[in-house]
Amino acid sequence: MQEKNEMRLEFDSRSCNEGFARVAVAAFLTQLNPTLEEVADVKTALSEAVTNCIVHGYEGTVEKIQIACTIEGSIIEIRVIDHGCGIEDVKKAMEPLFTTKPEEERAGMGFAFMEAFMDEVVVESARGAGTTVIMKKKIENPAGKFAM
Amino acid sequence: MEDSFYINGTNLTIFVPAELDHHNAEQLKIRADQLIQRQNIRSIVFDFGKTGFMDSSGIGMIMGRYKNMRFMGGTVIAIRVNERIRRILTLSGVYKYIDIYEGLPQQSKLL
Repeated sequence: MQEKNEMRLEFDSRSCNEGFARVAVAAFLTQLNPTLEEVADVKTALSEAVTNCIVHGYEGTVEKIQIACTIEGSIIEIRVIDHGCGIEDVKKAMEPLFTTKPEEERAGMGFAFMEAFMDEVVVESARGAGTTVIMKKKIENPAGKFAM
Repeated sequence: MEDSFYINGTNLTIFVPAELDHHNAEQLKIRADQLIQRQNIRSIVFDFGKTGFMDSSGIGMIMGRYKNMRFMGGTVIAIRVNERIRRILTLSGVYKYIDIYEGLPQQSKLL
């Protein structure tokens, strides 16, 4: 039987918190003894998800973003949750280069990056109902599992 | 932020910060665009020598500056790009528009 380890974060949807969120999740991830590349992958994917909450979910207003991480075996699951405007057409939103904000120089690559750097990305959203992004990644060599 | 830019004639070198995310990209963009307008900039060098992290917000920022430069017939290159940054630039397709160098490009008039 594999033990589970969980953590939760909640912070304001201010862009200055993006770096904090990345570092916090990366620090939690270290117990799986990831490679530098795996850490960078997770940080990039997380940064995309958090930026989406700030830019799209809350459209610049200051509300709360939640991150819930679970490590089970060698897999980390990261949920990034906002209670903002939600996404009407998730499939369309996930298409590379699609963006609702080209005038703000959004590249439309956020979900594509999440999919490129994580093993699995699921988006749960509906208009007006907020958005939850669930990302999973297997850390290939979990030598330092629960080093307690 | 003052140390993030170097102007030589009509060339602007932008020293990209250690982490180029949405937060840093927004700040860099505002300062860069002021300089580009005031100093009649015709070419931009993005120096990634200090940069270890970039996400798609950085791509948006680079492409925005590229579009401005192209409109005026100018060029954009990226130098001192490490493996991680190169992967992001490649994945995003930006490499099709701007030249990427691992070190400093030889015979470049830009530097």
